[in-house]
Amino acid sequence: MKTMTIREALGEAMQEEMERDPKVFLMGEEVAEYDGAYKVSRGLLKTFGPKRVIDTPISEGGFAGVGVGAAMAGLRPIVEMMTWNFAIQAFDQIINHAAKMNYMSGGQFPVPIVFRGPNGAAHMLSAQHSQNLDPLLTNVPGLKVISVANPSDAKGLLKSAIRDNNPVVFLESEMLYALKGEVPEGEHLIPIGQGKLCQEGNDVTIVSWGKISRVAIEAVSQLAEQGVSCDLIDLRTLVPMDEALVFASVRKTHRAVIVEENWPFASVGAQISDRIQHECFDDLDAPVERVSQEPVPVPYSEGLEHLALPSVDKILAAVKRVTYKS
Amino acid sequence: MKAPKTLRNVAVDRELMVDMYRKMLFFRRFEERANLAYTQQKFSGFCHLHIGQEALNVGVQTCLQPDDYVISGYRSHTQAIAKGIPAQKVFAELLGKSEGCSSGKGGSMHMFSKEHRFFGGHGIVGGQAPLAVGMAFKVNYEQENSIVVCYLGDAAMNQGQVFEAMNIAATWKVPVLFIIENNLYGMGTAIHRTTSIDHLYKRALAFDMKHSMIDAMNVLTVYEHMKSTVAFVRKNKEPFLVEAMTYRYKGHSVSDAGTYRTKEEVEEYQKRDPILQLQEDLARLDFADDDAFKAWDKEIREQVKEAEAFAEASPPPDERELWTNVFADET
Repeated sequence: MKTMTIREALGEAMQEEMERDPKVFLMGEEVAEYDGAYKVSRGLLKTFGPKRVIDTPISEGGFAGVGVGAAMAGLRPIVEMMTWNFAIQAFDQIINHAAKMNYMSGGQFPVPIVFRGPNGAAHMLSAQHSQNLDPLLTNVPGLKVISVANPSDAKGLLKSAIRDNNPVVFLESEMLYALKGEVPEGEHLIPIGQGKLCQEGNDVTIVSWGKISRVAIEAVSQLAEQGVSCDLIDLRTLVPMDEALVFASVRKTHRAVIVEENWPFASVGAQISDRIQHECFDDLDAPVERVSQEPVPVPYSEGLEHLALPSVDKILAAVKRVTYKS
Repeated sequence: MKAPKTLRNVAVDRELMVDMYRKMLFFRRFEERANLAYTQQKFSGFCHLHIGQEALNVGVQTCLQPDDYVISGYRSHTQAIAKGIPAQKVFAELLGKSEGCSSGKGGSMHMFSKEHRFFGGHGIVGGQAPLAVGMAFKVNYEQENSIVVCYLGDAAMNQGQVFEAMNIAATWKVPVLFIIENNLYGMGTAIHRTTSIDHLYKRALAFDMKHSMIDAMNVLTVYEHMKSTVAFVRKNKEPFLVEAMTYRYKGHSVSDAGTYRTKEEVEEYQKRDPILQLQEDLARLDFADDDAFKAWDKEIREQVKEAEAFAEASPPPDERELWTNVFADET
């Protein structure tokens, strides 16, 4: 095992895959000479040169589409979005083009591309820079969606995403780039579509993913001190989702709390909740609870921003509700 | 040695002219048959016809190599055929059949053939422009000798993505030939009501991109111009923008009642019909006579009928096809 940050894990994944396959290249705003807006691509220009590590103009729709066209023609682009907020400019290319091309052409034009970058609120960036797009992206057939929260998953899943023959949306977080953790040495691949049971318990199932799963981890440790033991699931991949892992856990604990950094209306948590009530109806001892973002644009001021996002206290309250301890 | 025949000071070749004539006629008859099939409710959805605009497609395609790439918008049935997709597979796609060139999953707006390097028929105005730049990026990346032809409608020139794509193409110097098929109307809105400039080729000035404007109602004009333009893009590996002035006789789609333009205007353009113009040239040069024109028309009408018959006989996609191709590498 090696200890590294998520930033380093992502960079290493790209480096290894670019060494393995000359058709893999990276493009995006500031990925080359600036070494990456968040330094994820640090050193790649030096290693691979400007042919394969390419600075783009600030033209998300344009360069996302360039990536899709290059992928249709047989290359394997990694397109870095400085943040997913800006990728909204490229939704026409991601949703209308990348996600549809293989289907619409009867299987003639797969689009092996990775769109990656930070998603969700960071800290005091206000409404336009703090959006979590999980629900919008997972709603579209034809896109695989991955959301990572530790270095091992970041590396193993990004390598799998680059090798996948489909458009993969890869969601990171500014707040987690410096997070350290252990990563297996050598070739490290994690299959897309497998969730992970991070902690085992018997009383409540907590389902989370991405940055906010770190808050769930903190809540679970406080709950342990209070004598409540939790299964904590990090989904890691949202599409395709490891539903079996969730169902097995809920059948054991009979209670579920979903912790998501999504607005609640038609969110990923709403989808999971629906699937649980359908598949585990007789196993449930309490209604499924969701801890979501408040349905407001994310505010700037620190206190207000904190109130808008899921927190340990909100998770503890939800767990109390499903265990009837409130 | 006999001196080659010339027309408007350009050397002409009978074989080439006859080939272009027959292709234009084929595309005219194909679209007429598609129109008829649509009105007979053999298929539904949208149906955008190319009638009147045949000269551009034929003139451009005659200058391309088989390994060149073509990508277009949603008015592209006959561009797909010109690139080599068998007409019967395009007709079958119109009818949503399993033997269609997109297996019945694309339809009128989404003809595809990887084999023929026809990268689609696309339905979002201007959305194909960044794709074309990506394809041309791949040409440079793999050091191929191909070029990419990207057809755009006049109205696509007002889309932000097209601006972005052209900027990237010019900055990175990739071999893409942008061709604006300016038929004067974006759906029912006259192009002059949507932009402050008088000619769309001027957009290239913003990127220092080479550009031109041509009369695309005459196939020989198109051919002569595109020969050198295609060669320029191939040699210099940089983008070029051609504004091709043309006109569609039919509505934006089959359901268009044409309230936004006069009958007289349509008739005025029909006097400069590209097929008629070439027919007159062929006759003037003694390259063909009325009997030949009639025989070709008869032969072509039969070919188009056969394409339609193939399409009608083709089975619809199996119900299991609903679930295939959502993702690649699925069974």
